[in-house]
Amino acid sequence: MTDLSVRLGSLTLRNPLIPASGTFGFGQEFLPWYDLDLLGAISFKGTTAEARFGNPTPRIAECPAGMLNSVGLQNPGVDHVIAEELPALRRVFHGPIIANISGFSIEEYVRCAEKLTREEQVEILEINISCPNVRHGGMAFGTDPSAAAAVTRAVREVATKPVYMKLSPNVTDIVSIARACEDAGADGLSLINTLLGMRIDLKRRRPVLANSVGGYSGPGIFPVALRMVWQVTGAVSVPVIGMGGISTAWDVLEMLMAGAKAVQIGAANLVDPMACPHILESLPAEMEKLGIRSLSEITRV
Amino acid sequence: MKYTVIENRPLNATVLSMWLSGDTSAFRRPGQFVQVYVPGFYLRRPISVCEWTEGRLRLVYKPVGPGTEKLAAFKPGDDLDLLPGLGNGFDASLLGCHPLLVGGGVGLPPLLGLCRQLLAERRLPSVLAGFAGEDDVFLLDDFEALGVPVTVTTQDGSRGLQGLVTNALPRLDFDSLAACGPIPMMKALRNTAGQVPQLYSLEERMGCGFGACMGCTVQTAGGPARVCKEGPVFRGEELMWS
Ligand SMILES: Cc1cc2nc3c(=O)[nH]c(=O)nc-3n(C[C@H](O)[C@H](O)[C@H](O)COP(=O)(O)OP(=O)(O)OC[C@H]3O[C@@H](n4cnc5c(N)ncnc54)[C@H](O)[C@@H]3O)c2cc1C
Ligand SMILES: Cc1cc2nc3c(=O)[nH]c(=O)nc-3n(C[C@H](O)[C@H](O)[C@H](O)COP(=O)(O)O)c2cc1C
Ligand code: FES
Repeated sequence: MTDLSVRLGSLTLRNPLIPASGTFGFGQEFLPWYDLDLLGAISFKGTTAEARFGNPTPRIAECPAGMLNSVGLQNPGVDHVIAEELPALRRVFHGPIIANISGFSIEEYVRCAEKLTREEQVEILEINISCPNVRHGGMAFGTDPSAAAAVTRAVREVATKPVYMKLSPNVTDIVSIARACEDAGADGLSLINTLLGMRIDLKRRRPVLANSVGGYSGPGIFPVALRMVWQVTGAVSVPVIGMGGISTAWDVLEMLMAGAKAVQIGAANLVDPMACPHILESLPAEMEKLGIRSLSEITRV
Repeated sequence: MKYTVIENRPLNATVLSMWLSGDTSAFRRPGQFVQVYVPGFYLRRPISVCEWTEGRLRLVYKPVGPGTEKLAAFKPGDDLDLLPGLGNGFDASLLGCHPLLVGGGVGLPPLLGLCRQLLAERRLPSVLAGFAGEDDVFLLDDFEALGVPVTVTTQDGSRGLQGLVTNALPRLDFDSLAACGPIPMMKALRNTAGQVPQLYSLEERMGCGFGACMGCTVQTAGGPARVCKEGPVFRGEELMWS
């Protein structure tokens, strides 16, 4: 028997698979395809203090081996999430929920964190300081070590749950940001968010996205994500959730060998709603081939 | 979900018709769509279901880029992976006894399924189809075989009335309207069709097609709506055009 369970700090997950924020809504859309309880945890759509419409469409552009999105944090606002989405998610998923929080000011991050930390099933607060699709805030906090540390400290002060800072790959030195977050009290890190990219519609001679630029995700970013996770896990001692382009059991194992304690699956859910169950199904066989009996025995290469 | 191509043949120089066999239990209404996985492309392609019967469905599509061009090369016996039964489709209960079905170009296909349903409910639909020119005409024989009146407009006047579909509206008698086609056509319809109940099917670029990514959201009178989930069909008064 293979053991798929992993530990994230004090939290034990039945397996390392977590749908990534923004690619899984609040879970409901996947019910026609599978029982959500087979997932290790769920990270829900990035939530802000007020409801947001997001950016104009087109918000999606195809890339070789991936996609760009410029959704721009469309969400119904934290109060609606707590009143409607979380109770509905609770009815269909009984594992740990990761609350993904975004903000345009430190006060906004704090306001959302104060509310979501009180929700029983929320086991981790994932603070997105890396959204490339909004002006002012979002990624601005994730590209400067002292700003990242300031958000971490402020949220850590009000949080009663572990705080994971979600890092942007759009930086020269991700290790310095990771260290700043750890020093400021982060209990863990999530990386990577999307890479800023662009596509141009040749016929119309215009950017494909109404927002001109957007975040690149999908298999194309996997090597970049893996490298960043490996660099960061070499420099910090808090647990890291690795993500970026994961779509197979091999990718999961590679990410764990890069030092991640668990993984998130993003764009893969969008092109194959069964991506997570498929990966989960093939994990034991791939582990056996490699002589891995338990995922938690994997150490950073 | 796996589907097998039964037939994939041209209807004219630019449009093809593909019949597939497979599970159709997910389809509830005409105007729903499928997300087609085209090998070699990361995102699936949304295509409306033109019509379906138990175990068989038909897509009518125009190759406009590398993905749909690759689709055109599929042969009988080849397998395709589709996500079936997506979107709300046309709610025929919102239409009257004499609905006018207006299709512009490749907006026409889902109206065939709607037309069949309306006839099955003993209503009397008529069809108004707009094309660029005679060479672009397709699918009209399918409508004519159903015995419904069909009015055609072409922009160059090479067939039917010259001009846009809205030029033909004053001549037609209808108590409700369902449309699918280019946005300018649908906006013009909305401005000229008067007070009758109206349904419009929209297109947006999609990440998932089943409501998970918020990639396709438009603003409506009732708030933000996902074209793939709350849509693609919206009531006229929901749309914030003008
Ligand atoms: C709900 C819905 C129903 C549709 N039904 C039909 C139909 O019945 N018949 C038909 O011929 N076409 C239909 N389309 C349009 C069809 O999806 C596009 O023509 C197709 O995606 C183009 O892919 P491509 O690779 O050939 O073109 P490319 O331009 O190379 O595609 C690049 C990317 O843009 C997307 N894209 C390009 N054009 C469109 C478009 N108009 N709408 C949405 N995404 C687009 C593609 O999906 C792909 O992700 C429908 C679109 C939607 C949203
Ligand atoms: C459509 C879309 C929406 C996203 N929205 C969010 C979000 O709200 N908050 C967040 O922290 N990350 C968001 N992300 C980033 C993902 O959670 C993930 O970090 C990234 O996509 C890399 O993983 P992937 O390559 O597996 O998709 C979004 C990604 C996509 C594709
Ligand atoms: S395309 Fe993903 S929500 Fe509509």
